[in-house]
This record gives sequence, C-alpha cells and structure tokens, in this order.
Amino acid sequence: MTSITEQSQGGFRLDMLWTDARYRSSFLQIVAFLLLMLAVGWLVSNAIANLAALGKDFNFSFLGTTASYDINQKLISYSSTSLHWEAAVVGMLNTLLVAFMGCIACTVIGVIAGVLRLSKNWVVSKLMLVYIEAVRNVPLLVQILLWYSIFIESLPAPKQFRENVPEGERATLWFDMIAATNRGFYVPRPVFEAGSMVMLIVFVVSVLALFLFNGIRAKYQERSGNEIPNALHLFGQAFAIVFGLGVIWLLLPSFDQGAFGIIWKLVVGVAIGAGLGFALYSMSTLSVRVAILVLPLVIAYYVMGQPVSWLYPELKGFNFTSGEDASIHARNSLMALWLALSIYTGAFVAEIVRGGIQAIPKGQSEAAGALGLRPGRIMSLVILPQALRVIIPPQISQYLNLTKNSSLAIAVGYMDVTGTLGGITLNQTGREMECLLLLMAFYLTISLSISAVINWFNERIKLKER
Amino acid sequence: MKTSVFFGTLATAALAAGLASAGTLDDIKAKGHVQCGVSTGLAGFAFTDENGKWHGFDVGLCRAVAAAVFGDADAVKFTPTTGKTRFTALASGEVDVLARNTTWTLSRDVDLGFTFLGVNYYDGQGFMVPKSLGVTSATELDGATVCIQTGTTTELNLADFFRVNGMSYEPLPIETNAEAQQNYLAGACDVYTTDASGLAATKATFEAPDDHVLLPEIISKEPLGPLVREGDEVWGDVVKWTYFALLAAEEYGVTKGNADDLASSPPNPDVGRMLGSEGNMGEMLGLPADWAVHAIKAGGNYGELFDEYLVPLGIGRGLNALYSQGGLQYAPPFR
Repeated sequence: MTSITEQSQGGFRLDMLWTDARYRSSFLQIVAFLLLMLAVGWLVSNAIANLAALGKDFNFSFLGTTASYDINQKLISYSSTSLHWEAAVVGMLNTLLVAFMGCIACTVIGVIAGVLRLSKNWVVSKLMLVYIEAVRNVPLLVQILLWYSIFIESLPAPKQFRENVPEGERATLWFDMIAATNRGFYVPRPVFEAGSMVMLIVFVVSVLALFLFNGIRAKYQERSGNEIPNALHLFGQAFAIVFGLGVIWLLLPSFDQGAFGIIWKLVVGVAIGAGLGFALYSMSTLSVRVAILVLPLVIAYYVMGQPVSWLYPELKGFNFTSGEDASIHARNSLMALWLALSIYTGAFVAEIVRGGIQAIPKGQSEAAGALGLRPGRIMSLVILPQALRVIIPPQISQYLNLTKNSSLAIAVGYMDVTGTLGGITLNQTGREMECLLLLMAFYLTISLSISAVINWFNERIKLKER
Repeated sequence: MKTSVFFGTLATAALAAGLASAGTLDDIKAKGHVQCGVSTGLAGFAFTDENGKWHGFDVGLCRAVAAAVFGDADAVKFTPTTGKTRFTALASGEVDVLARNTTWTLSRDVDLGFTFLGVNYYDGQGFMVPKSLGVTSATELDGATVCIQTGTTTELNLADFFRVNGMSYEPLPIETNAEAQQNYLAGACDVYTTDASGLAATKATFEAPDDHVLLPEIISKEPLGPLVREGDEVWGDVVKWTYFALLAAEEYGVTKGNADDLASSPPNPDVGRMLGSEGNMGEMLGLPADWAVHAIKAGGNYGELFDEYLVPLGIGRGLNALYSQGGLQYAPPFR
C-alpha cells in the first residue's frame, strides 16, 4: 500500500497522509479497503481450508445431476428425472411468482388502509389502526402458519364434493366454477381456440383507442371546461346499467342447488353487479373508458362464435383435476403465503402512505377544496400524486422485505428457491456452501433489480428542479 | 505494510487453530457430556416426557454411549434436528453423534463425509391411509396427494415408486412429523408416507388409531443407524461398540438387572471380556473397564430397549430380531 503513496511530488512527507486534509480521506479509504479485503480473504481461505479438512471440495457439478424429487408447483415443465439446476429454476420462478403477487397486493392493501387511516370517520380510522398495529406486531411466520391452518382446517376436503355425500354435508363449488378445498383453490382455466386471435387484436386496438380517447378528452376539457360531452355522459351511464345487469346475469345461480345456496348466490351476485353498476354510473368518464375496453371484446367474443372456453374443476379420483388440460390449482401454501405476506407488508405500506399524505401541507387540500373538488378527487388528483414523492423511496425497502420474507415459504411447504435449491437439493447433495452461495446471489440479484426499477420510477416522478 | 503482515500472521494463526482439533472423544471427555442429535419428536424413537426428559429407542443408544464414557446415563445433551438440519448439525460439530432414524446410503456415507456405525433398526418406507379411503394397495394411489417430509430419502423413493408404476401424485412437502400429522388428519393429503416404524409410531398417537391402516407395500430399504463425522474413527468406535455391546448383551442374556452380577462372576469368557472382568477391551477403546456394564444398565440391552419403546406401538421385531432368531441383528465378537 505504501508503494503508491511514497511517490512524493515535491515536499511530500509521509506523515502528510494523515495530517494533510488533501490526502487524509483517500488514505483512510485505501487502508479501510485493504483491511476489508484481508478480512474477506481470510474468511474465504479459512472456509476452503476447513472444507478440505472435512474432505469436501468446492464445485458446482452437482447442479448437472438428476434431482430425483418431485415439486408440486412448477411453472415450467419439470419431473423427478430433471436436473438439480432445473429444480432450482422452478424454485426461483415460484419465489418470483409469490413476490410479484405479494408486491401488487401489499400496495393495494397498504394504499387503501393508509388513506382510510386518515379518514374523518372515527370507526373506519380506528379499524385501520387496529389492523396496522395488530398485524405489524405479530411475527410474520405466525401469520403464515395461521392462514395455512385456517385453510386446511376450515375448508372442505375434495371428497366432500362427491355425489354420494349426504346433501347437508356436501360441499359445492363457488358460483359453479371455483372449488375451495383444503388442498387449495381450483379455478377455471381459459382455453383459447381458433378465433381468439381476433379477440386479442380487438383488445389491442381497444387499448390504443383508449389512449386516443384520453388525449381527445383532455383537449375537450381544456376547451369547454366539461369533462365529456353530454351525449357521451349519457352513454356512459347507460353502459353502467347494462354492465351491472350483465354481471348479475353472469353470477346468477343455476337452480339445482338447495334453497339456501340459491338465495346466498343471488344476494352476492346482485350485490356485486349492483355495486359495480352504481360505481360506474356515478363516474361516467370511467364508465366510458370501461366501455371502450369491454364492449368490443364482448362483441368480438360472440361474433367469433365464443372462441374462449373454460375448463372447470372436475372431481376425479382423489382430487380435483388440475394441470395443463384441467383447471388451475392455486395451492393453499401459495395462498397462505401470499395473503400473509401482503397483509403483513401492507400494514407497513399503510404507515408509509399515511406519512406521505401527512407530509403534504394542509393548504393543498384546502386550495383544492376551494376550487370545488370533492374529497375523493382531492385525494386522487392533488394529494396522492404529491405524496408519491415521499412514499416511493421507503416503499422500495418494503418490496425488498416482502421478497426476502418469501423465503419463509417452507413453513407451509411452498417450494420456493429456499425450498428446492436451499432445501431438498442441499440435503440430498450435501453441498451447503455452494447452494447457499447460489441462494445469496439469487436474492441479491432480485433485490438489486427491484431497487433499480423503483429508483428509475422515482427519478421519473420526483420534482423537476430547473 | 505492518498491518498486512500483522493480519497475515493473525490469519495463518487462526487458520492453523481451526484445523488442529483434538480427537472428538477427548473433546467429549473434556466437556463432560455427549451432544447427541435426535429427531424433533417421534413416538418410540425420540420424545420428551412431561418433565422435558428425553426417552426413546434412539435416545436409549445415546444414553448408553454416555454411560459407557462417563458411567452416567444422564451425561448427555440432546439437540432436536429436522430432516434438513441434521447433517449440517453433525458436519459443523454441533452434535457429536447423530442417532436420528437416518438411512444409511452410499452418497451420505461417501459424498457427505459421514461414517455410519451400524444399523440399529432395519426399516422400509410404507404408506398410511385413512380406512374410509377404501384403498388396500399403494398401486391404487394414482392421483393422490401425499404428505412427505422434505430432505429425506423417502422423498426420492416416493418419486421413483410413482414414476416406475406410471402413476401421478401431488407431493405435499412438510418439515416435521407433527406438521405431517396436522395435514394428514385435516385431510389436506390422502396418504402419509415415511418409514414404516415412523408410521406405526405416529398412528399410535392418533385419537382413533383404528381408523387408519398401513398399506402392505414397503417400497424401499431403510437401514437406520447412528453416524459420526468421517475421520472420527476413535469416537466412532466407541459408539459402534456400545451398540454392539447392547446387541451382544441380549444374545448372552445380560440385562440391566443382572449386568452387575454377571460382571463379577461371568458365565463364560465372552461375557467376561465384554463386561470388563477379563482382558482390556475398555482400555483399547479409551474407556473405563466396566464401560459395557454402564451402557447396559443405562436402559437395558437391545431387546429391552425394543420392548420398552417400540413393542407398545405395535412394532414387531421382524428383521430386527437377533440373527439367532431369524433376524439381521448381529454383533461381531468381543476379543
């Protein structure tokens, strides 16, 4: 280290390294860096030497050998004759799946809870307070196990769906299409037949049309002061009514299940349909947007002779059928992990959102109110966009936490990368060092990628200073 | 420059210290107890009573080893390990010996760097189903959901069994036997598969054990035995010969009740050598002369341990009978 600094440039003395402010900071950094490298080097050489003493070498060739174990949830094709690295990839995809689903759900839950936490309604704000404080202060592992136990103990086993089970004890599908069992949720899988390509094209065109509509609408509003022309407003309201009725019609029960089932489903169906209909009716602009997206798609669906069909869950042997040519199986392990992660992280997000909103001066909402905006619009148009600048940076660490916490998956038997590469593969091959290093590299890559994406987003929305 | 020299020296010193470890037997004698890795809880093999004291067939072996070394069956501490953590615990030196129904396989013996010392229980993988399922053979399990402990050989056997028979299944991986019970009893899986002894032990703890049956198929060989780190021969010999002493004791009729009497007046030279009244077997092992007497008195001979812990669960001797009674349990001679 001294060879670099000894190159004296006239009047340089060695003690200037720590007495002269010009050199001191770089000198200290170099020293600290070398010390760090020495420490790392010592740890690595120690580990290698100790592994050698145990008669273990350090190589990754085990990844190319047959895994010989099965994994229940696989997003790519995999069998027990696949290799260990393929098992690792299956695990990685499972980790990414639950992390992706969790990040979306925790954002939705967090934003809603954070906004409601500031509600002027005493009951609502206290309810949110209870949610946030209760969930934040119970260990995540306990929550995951709790959800899993609720699923496996309270939902019916597949055999309770059988024909020969007496009427009173027999379990039935939700809306005749979703089987909620203690082995997971079976939901219909869409099958795209010839002609569904047309629907895809129609949908893409609809999305383009939506952008076009938004542009034209903004110009219209600048010019006239109205959101949309009166005729379009009426069209939006008419569509909202049709849409609500359509949803009710879709959810109508078939009349072969007991009186209780029919009434229950009727109530739920009408509630959902009416709720959606009324919401759209009161927001005619949104209603028009939904119409642009949905209407052409529905027309194309019937014109092309209903090219999309559904594979419903079907009881066969021990289980409902699932897989490539049957319904989609969302296992309870995934559902419990996803719910627990989202609800837990959502509580932290709620606090961040609340902090972000409270960071916006009160004058902003008062000014918006003076312009005649209603509270909902003040929140969505004035407060939240500004609060976003405060919310995004701490939000990154919540997404990272959620992703890393997903490694608790093994507690409920969800086969994430910690379960495959860091669990079964590690056990069957005994390559702890190699497996754990790969795991660390994987989580590091994912975390840094999430960070990078959200930092980029943050750059885009932050206050432009000129 | 000086710092790097200093750290280099420090690193070398630390490295040398890490490598130069004394023999495990000496370490154990120095610390005053044996650290034994057992299962997290499996009826019959390793379980705790209401006072938190460990009992069981595997635990019995640990106690016998402790008694052989220290003359005290309680000079042993237990570390509960799961199927996943057991090998790391042993390799890292957290436990001195692993007596946790662990299957002896080539890769574990050779590649993982352990030494298996014998087979204290010959087992095989079986299936348990609720009677109400109406299944009488494992070949009828196509499409079933199977509860299975991850990180065990059973996972590999299961995959092979279903693949060879052209059947599909849905694995429900779980960590411990307790979780498996919870899932199985709630009907989250149709079948629970593990070693047949484990199934029998688990079934015995159910509220209504008669509502469940073990299927006739045994799909694998599961020789379960104690193991130590490879290269740990001296300590390995102590565990191995303690186990043989328990076996030979049953063969010669030495029980925990009569071990002291037979040691003072051995009926034949074999028993005399084993119990230390003749020869210097104990000295060869680095143990007191009466090591085997203490080991046998700790919990009884092999047969007594079996009768105490496994027979009440409905597990018969089967392959685990002495060779003289048609089984596979055989101890080499003490000479």
